[in-house]
Amino acid sequence: MRRALTGTRIRERRMLLGLTQADCARRAGVSPAYLNLIEHNRRPVGADLLEKLAATLGVETALLAEGAEGALFQALTEAAATAEPMAVPPETARIEEFVSRFPGWAALLAERQGRAQGLTRRIEILSERMAQDPFLSASLHEVLSAITAIRSTSAILAEESDLDPDWRARFHRNIHEDSIRLTEVSTALAAWLDQAHAPEAGLAAPQEEVEAWLASRGWRLPSPDVDAAGPAPDPAPDPAPDLASDAARQLAARLIERHRSDLRVLPGAALAPLHAATGDPFQIATRLGLPPSLVLRRIALLPSAPGEDGAPAFPEGAAAVACDGSGTLTFRRPCAGFALPRFGAACALWPLYEALSHPFAPVTALLRTTGRGSGGQFRAYAWAERSYPAGLAAPPVTEAWMLLSPARTEAGPARAVGSSCRVCAVAGCPARREPSIIAP
Amino acid sequence: MARTVLVIEDEAHIAEALRFLLSRVGWRVAVHADGTTAMDLIRDIAPSALILDVMLPGRSGYEILEELRADPVLRDLPVLILTARGQERERALAEMKGASLFMTKPFANDELIANLRQLAGDPAAAESAG
Repeated sequence: MRRALTGTRIRERRMLLGLTQADCARRAGVSPAYLNLIEHNRRPVGADLLEKLAATLGVETALLAEGAEGALFQALTEAAATAEPMAVPPETARIEEFVSRFPGWAALLAERQGRAQGLTRRIEILSERMAQDPFLSASLHEVLSAITAIRSTSAILAEESDLDPDWRARFHRNIHEDSIRLTEVSTALAAWLDQAHAPEAGLAAPQEEVEAWLASRGWRLPSPDVDAAGPAPDPAPDPAPDLASDAARQLAARLIERHRSDLRVLPGAALAPLHAATGDPFQIATRLGLPPSLVLRRIALLPSAPGEDGAPAFPEGAAAVACDGSGTLTFRRPCAGFALPRFGAACALWPLYEALSHPFAPVTALLRTTGRGSGGQFRAYAWAERSYPAGLAAPPVTEAWMLLSPARTEAGPARAVGSSCRVCAVAGCPARREPSIIAP
Repeated sequence: MARTVLVIEDEAHIAEALRFLLSRVGWRVAVHADGTTAMDLIRDIAPSALILDVMLPGRSGYEILEELRADPVLRDLPVLILTARGQERERALAEMKGASLFMTKPFANDELIANLRQLAGDPAAAESAG
């Protein structure tokens, strides 16, 4: 079955209302011919026109803009963005049309794109391991050295017919010793390779591994109140033993440790009534007299369903993200309609970065995401803090958090933002770093 | 009088095989396993050629080679780099540092002897080649 796209949804809604294409086009301020192209997904719908069409058709913009095919659209856009230069480049302005006309091929291409990305990542990680792993490097050197000694010595034994008995005995002993060395190194190397290729070794980036782990748990972090009774044993058990890599376990342990500290200050039951009254983390922080960063972190790490400790559920359709002082994303909790870049830098217009450059100042903004097939409107709350964990004479550590709450019905001018420049269609963006592959 | 080749190689069994092989074809062979003191030994015995491993304790073969090429007395000493690192970039690095010849481990005994003879301008090399 074909999935409805923006144009198709516009057409279906118009026909449901009994509006002619000409009437609908006139009210929206476009020509009937252009609307016809839009309805057949042969032209992209700009944000302004989409709003006019939504008003004409009496529906929310998001209902026309968002659809189940958003992920498909995103995957195809990424495929085009990462493609090598081609004689005939992908027709990025016609992705919607492609998805509409050839949904099976589009799904296949998206699936291939996802697989290619995964394999590329695996190759990168394995190459990094091969190039930098000191054990592998030392082992291979050891193997080559032993083989070299054996080869040269055995050639002498085979070719020298009048070899002195002492030399002969010495070379036999050397070969014996080298063969033992070779056996030991090879065994250790085989064990290392087995471990490196085991599925549980984790070939995802540690941050991705932690995010997948959190998502699989419904974003419910193990907490001492819920998961353990009595004083913590010494030594403390691994808080995330089901994570594959050491790096991911360390990341998760840090996250859990801070979460537990935040929980002691702001338990779920204390957050629930205020969170039910307002979605504004700054208001909650003000009422409780707590740092906004703590409230943002608490909301960002709320479970997907209400917690046993009385914690409210993470708002549906919301997203959260954090970055360090370099702007690198360190926490990502995505949602439909607000694409978060997997790697590389995000949109410079995110309030997250505004907050980063103005620590201890609240930043709020109404955002409109611009990706075709994945558009939405969000209220952003961002806050950054600077700390001096190594003392005042040492460089500060800055961290920023941003919460995005869905704000489909909120009126007022909205800032057009994207995921990253390469897949963002905003024309004339003052903060653009590189050209987009998507036609505005 | 036999010419001297200095083998700087920390793998004892490889060094032993080289000592035997090169002695059998008329070289006087000195063997040394430590990178740190290698330059002192080179100056002391003034070899006709040098077989130099790269991964040595204390100091890498490339560092030794750099110092040799910067030394007015030793800059023309023929140096055969013998390494387990066989990648093309390693070969290029060795050339850049001033290696006269580059061989990877494991090696064929005959090839190593022929290369060393050629490197040291041994007339036997020309005979065996011709």
